[in-house]
Amino acid sequence: MSGVRVLVGTRKGAFVLTADGKRDKWDVSGPHFGGWEIYHLKGSPVDPDRLYASQCTSWFGQVVHRSDDGGKTWETVGNQFTYAGVPGTHQWYDGTPHPWEFARVWHLEPSLTDRDTVYAGVEDAAIFRSTDGGQSWSELPGLREHGSGPFWQPGAGGMCLHTILLDPSNPERMFIAISAAGAFRTDDGGKSWKPINRGLKSEGIPDPNAEVGHCVHRIAMHPSRPNVLYMQKHWDVMRSENAGDSREDVSGNLPSDFGFPIDVHAHEPSTVYVVPIKSDSEHYPPDGKLRVYRSRSGGNEWEPLTKGLPQRDCYVNVLRDAMAVDSLDSCGIYFGTTGGQVYASADAGDSWNPIVRDLPAVLSVEVQTLP
Amino acid sequence: MIRVVLPAHLRKLARVDGEVEVEVSGVVTTRAVVDALEARFPALLGTIRDHATQKRRPFVRFFACEQDLSHESLDTPLPEAIAKGTEPFLIVGAMAGG
Repeated sequence: MSGVRVLVGTRKGAFVLTADGKRDKWDVSGPHFGGWEIYHLKGSPVDPDRLYASQCTSWFGQVVHRSDDGGKTWETVGNQFTYAGVPGTHQWYDGTPHPWEFARVWHLEPSLTDRDTVYAGVEDAAIFRSTDGGQSWSELPGLREHGSGPFWQPGAGGMCLHTILLDPSNPERMFIAISAAGAFRTDDGGKSWKPINRGLKSEGIPDPNAEVGHCVHRIAMHPSRPNVLYMQKHWDVMRSENAGDSREDVSGNLPSDFGFPIDVHAHEPSTVYVVPIKSDSEHYPPDGKLRVYRSRSGGNEWEPLTKGLPQRDCYVNVLRDAMAVDSLDSCGIYFGTTGGQVYASADAGDSWNPIVRDLPAVLSVEVQTLP
Repeated sequence: MIRVVLPAHLRKLARVDGEVEVEVSGVVTTRAVVDALEARFPALLGTIRDHATQKRRPFVRFFACEQDLSHESLDTPLPEAIAKGTEPFLIVGAMAGG
């Protein structure tokens, strides 16, 4: 029987949660790397037992781990992330120039075709690639050296490249997102990049329609429709039908269009999930009710999903990389909270159950659907 | 042999228990000890000092013979007791909360 493996990164270690296809009984393994912040773990689509993990602390910096047995054992791989050339400056919070400094890996995105190739989105914002299973890393400098780089500015969490989407229909095309620079696309395998922020409007920056400077929290796509991009921005949920060349606001009837994660149903390309958060200064659900919202029409019309989720006195947050979907026949949806709960729905969001309730604050959730 | 005490997180990363020993030829300095440590335990590369600048990470401290040597030059000879192996060289994660 097929099953799922949920990879959870937390403030104090990683956890691996496994279940069979029913997804009602879970085995919890961890903490792995106890005491370290695990920003992200992800498995290779080519070889599900090949996992990559980003591990860091303020004390000892960045470490990258790799597993070849689905997370049972791990080995340390390369952690040298050196910007290409002379990195120059971006803007600091106060608008002054600040040198690019590597801080940590926020997101690891394994290749769709090669288990040893993996991309890393880092803070300060840049994209790196390894083609030897994480042993060595090289920057794709065309992104950082895009002409707007000196004007990029960090969001509250740092100037992080947090999202990497690989187009399954075009190996030369990738999408990335940076807080608070915006979204970018490459059509030549990462050599050159263009901002794809047209149609975004962000109050709080001098030119609300600027080419860069938008605080994009997350972008998502369905593999069968890679030109359709969904975006949860600082405020606003957006959709693009043309790979980011233009966008429209599809926030519709959401109780708040602020939030962090966004994801797409595995089998329904127009079914989208978000978790509304009250505001940018109140990082908890509106009215103390933890609600996932689902749109079956690519946005605009949203329905609250509440069955099994706390509907009173709930003041957790769900971070940008902390939602994922499996690809079983009945699509499973998963998300983790800053309160340490990981919730799962085996029926596309209609009902939810906590897999675990008391982990450290959850930073990321990924799911692997196993044969 | 130089005796080195690592903080718990780095012991786990290096997959060792308790003190470790490294061999240093020539003058025993902090740089030489960390070089030898990284050569023996490559998983520690980048965790004690920054890859690019080779500077000590801000929250890492070097103690020896009840002295804080963190702000000494990396090339200053360490106390004789460290060089002789009668006292351990301590690499410490600073107490900074968390």
